[in-house]
Amino acid sequence: MSDIRSEPRPRCDKVLLVQAELDGELDAAQAASLEAHRAGCPICQAAQTELLRARELLRGEAYETVPDDVRTRVMARLQLPERRPEPVRRWNWRWLRAPSIGFGLGAACAAALAFLVVLPQRGDLADAVVADHIRALQPGHLEDVVSTDQHTVKPWFDGRLDFAPPVRDFAADGFPLKGGRLDYLDGRPIAALVYQRDKHIIDLYVWPEGGVAARLAGDTAIQGYNVVHWTAGGMNFWAVSDVERGQLDEFAALWRKGP
Amino acid sequence: MPVSSDEDSFERVVLPHLDAAYNLARWLMRDAEAAEDVLQEAMVRALTYFASFKGVNPRAWLLQIVRNTAYGSMALHRGVEMVPIIDDSGEAIAELVSADDDPETALLRTRESRRVRELIADLPVELRETLVLREFEEFSYKDIAEATQTPIGTVMSRLWRARQLLARAAEAEGLA
Repeated sequence: MSDIRSEPRPRCDKVLLVQAELDGELDAAQAASLEAHRAGCPICQAAQTELLRARELLRGEAYETVPDDVRTRVMARLQLPERRPEPVRRWNWRWLRAPSIGFGLGAACAAALAFLVVLPQRGDLADAVVADHIRALQPGHLEDVVSTDQHTVKPWFDGRLDFAPPVRDFAADGFPLKGGRLDYLDGRPIAALVYQRDKHIIDLYVWPEGGVAARLAGDTAIQGYNVVHWTAGGMNFWAVSDVERGQLDEFAALWRKGP
Repeated sequence: MPVSSDEDSFERVVLPHLDAAYNLARWLMRDAEAAEDVLQEAMVRALTYFASFKGVNPRAWLLQIVRNTAYGSMALHRGVEMVPIIDDSGEAIAELVSADDDPETALLRTRESRRVRELIADLPVELRETLVLREFEEFSYKDIAEATQTPIGTVMSRLWRARQLLARAAEAEGLA
């Protein structure tokens, strides 16, 4: 069907109203006013014919009800013990990593790097990061530069940002780098690095720290996506993914461990 | 986790929309196996986050999860050709044929139906999902906008383009 061109915009700006009327989206007054226009507009009349043809084609067409065996497997899957998030355990983890407790997870995690901010509320920024992650999963938005080579991705950012984001590949640890893209968050252009973990995408957002500590949230989960935030080397890091919390923590730990 | 009464349990609120979830996954992924993977993952995610669902439209909420899951899966497999949605056995098609039709009419309907499905499957994914939500789920523009996190104006122009592509392709091929 690629040889068939559709018009990105209809040639009369009332055409979408003709469609809205057929979809039952207009009230009586709007419909009446549209009718007056359509009577004298051949473009809208042709559009209506085309829309009715499309509707006729789709009538009774192809609703895919769930097959019995699929339903059975889904129901079985939903009985799994991992039914609910476990906030209590999550809190324990967070306390373990909080610097005020006085010990880290290991020597590697110590001094130099990354203090997780321990604030239970989620910030606007966390919401924005998740929204961007979801948007990035749309076709054609995931990577601007596709490369598994950090030495390709890093210079790609150089000409496009006023800072040099660190770029690292963790293929050996099960988090291969897939590429990078430019995004806009927190009121500035930022770097987004794209990683893969098994069947999941991880977006890592990186930009220089800007003294907005009050707005930083702790680790959280929004709309089914886990979010981990840390700072290191003067940079903000936000990792977002639908991988399990433990795996995202593992990813963050690799980063925080330093090169 | 607050104790939920029967009326607002996951089983009562979300599971009735399993067909809708599967339908969307099937049309987005265009492959039965991939659609089941997406459905499984989306339902687990829905169950996990059901406690935080506060909206009034569980179907739109569930389909939004299905959609995000499907896009996540597609992002991973980008570039991989999916098998078209058409079932080679023709069984699914056969069900669409009314018993009232004589054999000749029935055959014609089957062929046309198959071709229309192929045309839908060939639409760009953002047009396809908008069309499926409108035509099969009968979502309002507002619900489509919410489920696809897209402005209503974009929903309207996507619907228009999807229908126009379908109508013109069908006309070009002489489909009724």
